[in-house]
Amino acid sequence: MEFSDHIKTANVEDVVLRQPLHPPSRGTLCVTGHHLLFSDREEGSSRQVLLLLRNIDAIEKRTPGSSGTITIKCKDLRVLQLDIPGMEQCLNIAQSIETLSCLDNVSEMYPFFYRPNDLSLREQWGLSTPEKHYTQIKELHRKWRLSSVNKTYSVCPSYPPVVIVPKGIDDETLKKVAKFRQGGRFPVLCYYHRKNGMVIMRSSQPLTGANKKRCKEDELLLQVVIEDSDKGFIIDTRSGQQVQQARMTGGGFESKSCYSHWKRLHKQMERGKALQESLIKLVEACGDESHNVDRWLSKLENSKWLSHVQTALSAAGLLVECVERDGHSALVHGYEGTDCTLLICTLAQLIMDPSCRTLEGFLALLDREWLQAGHPFQQRCAHSAYSHARLQQESPIFLLLLDCVWQLWRQFPLALGFSETLLLRLANEVYASDYGTFLCNNDQERCALEVKDRTHCLFQALLRPPERDYYSNPLYEPNELAIWPSVHPQSLQLWRGFFLRWTQQARHLEAVQEEIRSMVIEWHRVTQR
Amino acid sequence: MLVMMEHIRTPKVENVRLLERSSGQRTAAVGTLYLSATHTIFVENNPETRRETWVLHSMVCCMERPPATPTGSPLVLRCKDFRVFQLLFPLERDCLEVHASLSRLSRPVRYSELYCLSFNPNANKEEREESWSFIDLKADYRRMGVPNNLWVATAANSEYRVCDTYPAELFVPKSATPAVVVGSARFRSRGRFPALSYFHQDTLAAVCRCSQPLSGFSGRCQEDELMLQAVMKANPGSEFIYVVDTRPKLNAMANRAAGKGYESEDHYSNIRLLFIGIENIHVMRSSQQKILDVGEMRAPSVTDFLWGLESSGWLKHIKAVLDAGVFIAKAVADEGVSVLVHCSDGWDRTAQACSVASILLDPFYRTIRGFMVLIERDWVSFGHKFSHRYAHLDGDPKEVSPVLDQFLECVWQLSEQFPCAFQFNERFLVAVHSHVYSCQYGTFLGNSEKERRDMRLRERSYSVWPQLWSERSRFSNPLYKAELSQSQGVLRPNTSPYCFKMWKGLYSHLDKATPPRQSPADFLSAVREESQQLEEELTNQQERLAALTGEPIRWEKTAAARGSSSRLPVTYSGPDPPTHCSGPIGSSEPANQRAQRLDSAPSGSPRSPDVEDDLESGVADLSSRSSCGGEDSKDPELD
Repeated sequence: MEFSDHIKTANVEDVVLRQPLHPPSRGTLCVTGHHLLFSDREEGSSRQVLLLLRNIDAIEKRTPGSSGTITIKCKDLRVLQLDIPGMEQCLNIAQSIETLSCLDNVSEMYPFFYRPNDLSLREQWGLSTPEKHYTQIKELHRKWRLSSVNKTYSVCPSYPPVVIVPKGIDDETLKKVAKFRQGGRFPVLCYYHRKNGMVIMRSSQPLTGANKKRCKEDELLLQVVIEDSDKGFIIDTRSGQQVQQARMTGGGFESKSCYSHWKRLHKQMERGKALQESLIKLVEACGDESHNVDRWLSKLENSKWLSHVQTALSAAGLLVECVERDGHSALVHGYEGTDCTLLICTLAQLIMDPSCRTLEGFLALLDREWLQAGHPFQQRCAHSAYSHARLQQESPIFLLLLDCVWQLWRQFPLALGFSETLLLRLANEVYASDYGTFLCNNDQERCALEVKDRTHCLFQALLRPPERDYYSNPLYEPNELAIWPSVHPQSLQLWRGFFLRWTQQARHLEAVQEEIRSMVIEWHRVTQR
Repeated sequence: MLVMMEHIRTPKVENVRLLERSSGQRTAAVGTLYLSATHTIFVENNPETRRETWVLHSMVCCMERPPATPTGSPLVLRCKDFRVFQLLFPLERDCLEVHASLSRLSRPVRYSELYCLSFNPNANKEEREESWSFIDLKADYRRMGVPNNLWVATAANSEYRVCDTYPAELFVPKSATPAVVVGSARFRSRGRFPALSYFHQDTLAAVCRCSQPLSGFSGRCQEDELMLQAVMKANPGSEFIYVVDTRPKLNAMANRAAGKGYESEDHYSNIRLLFIGIENIHVMRSSQQKILDVGEMRAPSVTDFLWGLESSGWLKHIKAVLDAGVFIAKAVADEGVSVLVHCSDGWDRTAQACSVASILLDPFYRTIRGFMVLIERDWVSFGHKFSHRYAHLDGDPKEVSPVLDQFLECVWQLSEQFPCAFQFNERFLVAVHSHVYSCQYGTFLGNSEKERRDMRLRERSYSVWPQLWSERSRFSNPLYKAELSQSQGVLRPNTSPYCFKMWKGLYSHLDKATPPRQSPADFLSAVREESQQLEEELTNQQERLAALTGEPIRWEKTAAARGSSSRLPVTYSGPDPPTHCSGPIGSSEPANQRAQRLDSAPSGSPRSPDVEDDLESGVADLSSRSSCGGEDSKDPELD
């Protein structure tokens, strides 16, 4: 089916666009297969607004009398309003938006059509893979190896073809372990702590089930990892009660009797639907126009979003405590090991490892820990806070990560090589993008659709010179120490730059960042003369 | 001084343990406690640091004596700048003696017992007199173009004849005759007649202030009505004035029963009356106590914290004060309409609303010196009752209220919204706050200009402003640029509820003693300073080059300022220590911005040993602690 089949009215003249922070403007509206284009026709101005249809989360239409009004609520939290003359035109446009904004077929999405002049499809794709990671860390080679057991994605559909595993464990054993872990996600290495040689691994839950099934190979794998030390920690992102319940549905946990050298720590984290609802409530609270402080605070509390931020940061803190302070290796998992697991592994690495805190290092970390590790972006980010669609697999876990990283950035403004603008850009791109990076749910799917050959890579684009400057933190100073965030509620703040980004206040703060940048540039200019 | 000495029952106690609880400190220091006539001084035994902590007696707000434990008798000192010190005495007798001494020492009953009047460092008459002329209010009125053909000085209150809480020199509309001024004063609470607070040259509109009229249910006064007419006439072309009653309407109505109240629109032609609804001093006092409790919560969940914040009502009150200022500023700047502001007596809420309006209207008040002028005018000269509100002397606790605290916080909230608009930083606001309470200088003593004159304060003490001015490099906001658009003109803040945050810098000292987080402000200050230095050097070099033509110049690169902690000044979280004292003073360590939490993290707080066996309790233990050995890892104990 062609896109044009969905477009009954492609052009409307004399449309009034109302958007935050701008006066209303009159012009021409144009609907294409992937975009909504508004061109200002006012005297002496030639402003255009180009909106990816994919960015539209919900639309509301009203047709009082002969004209109509469409309210567009975007995934980047912007709310636009279009006043369209002619009821039929209005309905046609609304219909096109409704259909084209949620195409299911990935290969019809815009990244497959995006062909800017200055980018070539032959350029390198991605920043990091387990292979690259392994090559970079020589210390790993003594006890760890690369395994291609998953090269056809048959052992674990959501893993990349190559992963890092203990040297003493052969591929046959891995296959058996994979059968014992949900979705085949057997324990793999994600981080090596150079200071003490300890590691972080991640996996999914073991399938012990109600009968307390065991898997010798799984026990062996974990035993091999800590052979030189007395114990390791398993950080389970579920509560003790939740893991007991999980057994009833075939899941489970590593019991003390079978994994005697592993100590389990439970840190219950919110996930899935609850997290999505939290986001919806927070966005609703931020849009509340009433001038009542009590009501605001109560809505902010009721959304629980900041509690989730606190939990995530403190879970990451716990993991860092195990590895950095107590000097033990750790395994992290919850249920599938594709959400909270990735969240706290990523945060822990940012806290501990200075090389993850540069612009490039951070993007590489996201590449490894989210894209390669199989976070199902397509399912999680299909809709955002405004959608009326029935929720399925949506969950803003990646947004929660960005918020946590922002809290780190705010508490340690000199320690991260990237700026808030990068986090905001990522928050946009993950929901609607010109680039192929966040398409699909895992490497296998991306491979099948030839995403790497047919779309451009966001991370590479962000590292090109003008962008690189724009997204780096002018105040950055490399710092070898761990950056322990405070998780006291007083230290956590609402991420105004994101949740209130379409208000005047956020503009002031942006101006400040610009001012800081120009001060530092001026300083460099003077010191280098 | 000698008078106070006799209250010291025990001048020195050894082997005392001190824990600054408010700073998040976790281990107590052992040392010797000294009581002087002015300070409680604690000197650490540790021969390497010998750190000293000085607490001015008048900063102690209250004391608690929790039950003795086997390790000793505790005494908790709560300070007016919200620091909390916990002392542990080996002997109960010492604890009682210190408690009894401090009970008296911290509650001076006469002004002469206060630090600024009892202690006179290197008394130098000229220097002292100069300190008082540092802020010149007349010059500020001239700066706003007053007197002019609309506003003139009135002699009505010379020798404080008409109103003893007003300054002697005031500006009133030119058309207001002395008879009108005096008549209006008789019809206003405590004689506080309408007088000029701020004149806006761009629109010719003015902010005036007064107290409530003595109208009761139907009383009227011709002179007062003429006075308000005169205020309107002083704004050419204007057809009405706003009368802003900053009280909740109910409170204002209740006052009518006592023969006071508010202006009736029937009696005063051409006024528009509105109520802003700032609560009274008693509500504010209890609200602040609640937000302090929130700041002291040990390991609250986000829910506890936000509930606490909401139920304290504090941010709601701050918003009300800011809203009042915003309304006035808009009326004056956008509508060009003059505003008359009052509450009951016109010295608390009125001072808040007028000074917030001035800071929004005029960029000058957003500079360090301008801010001093503003406090001097709207608070000190207009008779805000400093001594009563901030409990300088032992007195009625119901008179105490954080009125100026709220003004400072409004300014802080504004500075969060407009980070480039203020020449000063948060430290400056905290320093002003602390001086208001400490009475180290004479500036904030007494309740009115008359009281200060009768006390001969200018002959007996120093003004605080030159002192703060001399520290201005420490108080400067590196982001401030007078030429930035954000710094110019009228500030138009957003007062949506989400713009208000808890002022951590004032209400929680957690961040001050734990190694401070990396501070972009300090970094930028260093950057700015170095850029300027280098620019100067470059100019010098170029001049030299011009002089020695033909001679090649070698450029020497100056060591980068980046990260040099030595540039950062020592910060004191309390009032300044006495000037005669040598050696390490102050209770805070030099801010070392490089230090990370890692170095100071406590050595592994024990993990629950049997996490495996008792899942839920293990979970509870871990989750109640917000990880990372933060400020809330374990209750600090003096053991």
